[in-house]
Amino acid sequence: MATADIAKLERTARRIRLHIVHMMGVGQKGHLGGSCSMAEVVTALYFSKMRHDPANPSWEERDRFLLSKGHAALVQYAALAERGYFPVELLPTTKALGSSLQGHPDMKLTPGVEANTGSLGQGLSIACGMAAGLRLDGRRNRVYCIVGDGEMAEGQIWEAAMAASFYRLDNLVAILDRNGLMATGPIVDRFDTNPIAEKWGAFGWEVFEVDGHSLPEILEVLDRVDEISGRPKMIIARTVKGCGISFAERVAAFHNGVFDVEQYERACRELGEERQ
Amino acid sequence: MNKQNPREVYGRTLVELGRENPRIVVLDADLSRSTMSCYFEEAFPERFFEMGIAEANMTSFAAGLSLVGKIPFTNSFATFAAGRAYDQIRQGICIPGLNVKIVGSSAGLSDFGDGSTHQAVEDVAIMRAIPNMTVLVPCDGIETRKMTRAMAEYHGPVYMRLNRDDMPDLFPEGEEFVIGKPCLIREGSDAVVFANGIMVSKAVEAAEALSSRGVSTRVVDVSTLKPVDEAALRKMAEGVKGMVTAEEHTRIGGLGSLIADVFKGAGIPLKCIAIDDRFGQSARNYAELLAEYGLTAEHIQADVLEVIGRRG
Repeated sequence: MATADIAKLERTARRIRLHIVHMMGVGQKGHLGGSCSMAEVVTALYFSKMRHDPANPSWEERDRFLLSKGHAALVQYAALAERGYFPVELLPTTKALGSSLQGHPDMKLTPGVEANTGSLGQGLSIACGMAAGLRLDGRRNRVYCIVGDGEMAEGQIWEAAMAASFYRLDNLVAILDRNGLMATGPIVDRFDTNPIAEKWGAFGWEVFEVDGHSLPEILEVLDRVDEISGRPKMIIARTVKGCGISFAERVAAFHNGVFDVEQYERACRELGEERQ
Repeated sequence: MNKQNPREVYGRTLVELGRENPRIVVLDADLSRSTMSCYFEEAFPERFFEMGIAEANMTSFAAGLSLVGKIPFTNSFATFAAGRAYDQIRQGICIPGLNVKIVGSSAGLSDFGDGSTHQAVEDVAIMRAIPNMTVLVPCDGIETRKMTRAMAEYHGPVYMRLNRDDMPDLFPEGEEFVIGKPCLIREGSDAVVFANGIMVSKAVEAAEALSSRGVSTRVVDVSTLKPVDEAALRKMAEGVKGMVTAEEHTRIGGLGSLIADVFKGAGIPLKCIAIDDRFGQSARNYAELLAEYGLTAEHIQADVLEVIGRRG
């Protein structure tokens, strides 16, 4: 991809982070950390890799995107709005009573959301079922599913891993947000799920590792996985939780954190927004 | 009286449905020779998914299949189908109202030998409590077939609970099964017994014994536990002096609770036959277990006499 195109996508990722910060607002709890860590991956999928049509969210030929770590809904909402699934003006209503933007993705309320996820461990199984069903119909749509680092502790993830491998779901691409933190602290200290790449490999998946904040790397690997057939693919995206907001980076408290006025303004400034 | 095994009928009906509708897919968690989804596997191997002993994944996987237009039926024993996969049913299927059919086999005490771990006595209560869920319990093979077909027709999540044992034919062959509609099995005027599953046949047995004592007992099969057609149930109780409910399920949150809710304030005496707040256990045969838990025609007879103010 041309440098100019990459630069454009990087600007989009920054806008997505800014939307996330705006959705957080001041004094409201929000899943900042795990949303910001996925800004580049989500940008690469929605703005470059996936076949989809914001004007026709139920287009049969579309690729599917599932956020198994549904608490990071903010990053998906930001991307969907930026991509035109609904007006960006709707974003500030996130989590308000009666809003179509719920705390976790709701397919019945939000255009572009494919499933109800957020009870961790379930989204990958749903993605497997979709991939199996699409293949049964001879369709070539791909299914992308973002899973969380803390989510690796869910037993159902490994049930899904076995099923995807047994059924050779090569139209399924999982992306692990390897940010190293669970809600209460570092994974390596609190509940270590390593060696993660070896586990996925042993479960029969083709495993890739990339810098989850490098758009060129992400785009390259998303193309490369298409060349592998006969097995599901796992892209381990090494990321920084809270990436892009200096004081929130690698801070477990910002898994589901709150901005005060000063932090909010600083976050906006760091993301390049001029405010009075 | 002709008897049929509901699992057998269910398995054959799935094959019928599979032949008629290519969107039907079937999943099982290594119990297909017991749930009888094996017939579907033989007929349509490409549309059958062996999911291994992993009910949680099976259930969410089925949600995914429904999201690309399939009509999945998941199969396991009721205690695992409704219990082990509760959260998957709640989150991924019922919140968005997906078109997934969950079939809990060997329900109640019918898996008599395996004991409490395999005897679902609370599955109906769990499934009824979830918004958007439809809950069905057929009384025999005839109804099982009609119900299975109705499940496939209906768009939305459905839980069906099946007995493991053979059941006598009672459901009128010419009667259509409609989700929500209670079915009159036997006419009577003094009392009504609202029953479901295996207890419908016990209620008919009780009604026959009571008729020789001059008591006329109506028997109604309440095979839909949700949604509830309150008006239809009230109509079924017209003119009676008393009501009895009979179910092979805990008295908390099942048919008895439902009827008590519908008729609260109506002033009609009501007694509920159900499993008290305890788990099942192993036994050498099903009848002995049903007797231990008070689920017999004799218990129904005694309660009918009591609610109409007659002493045995």
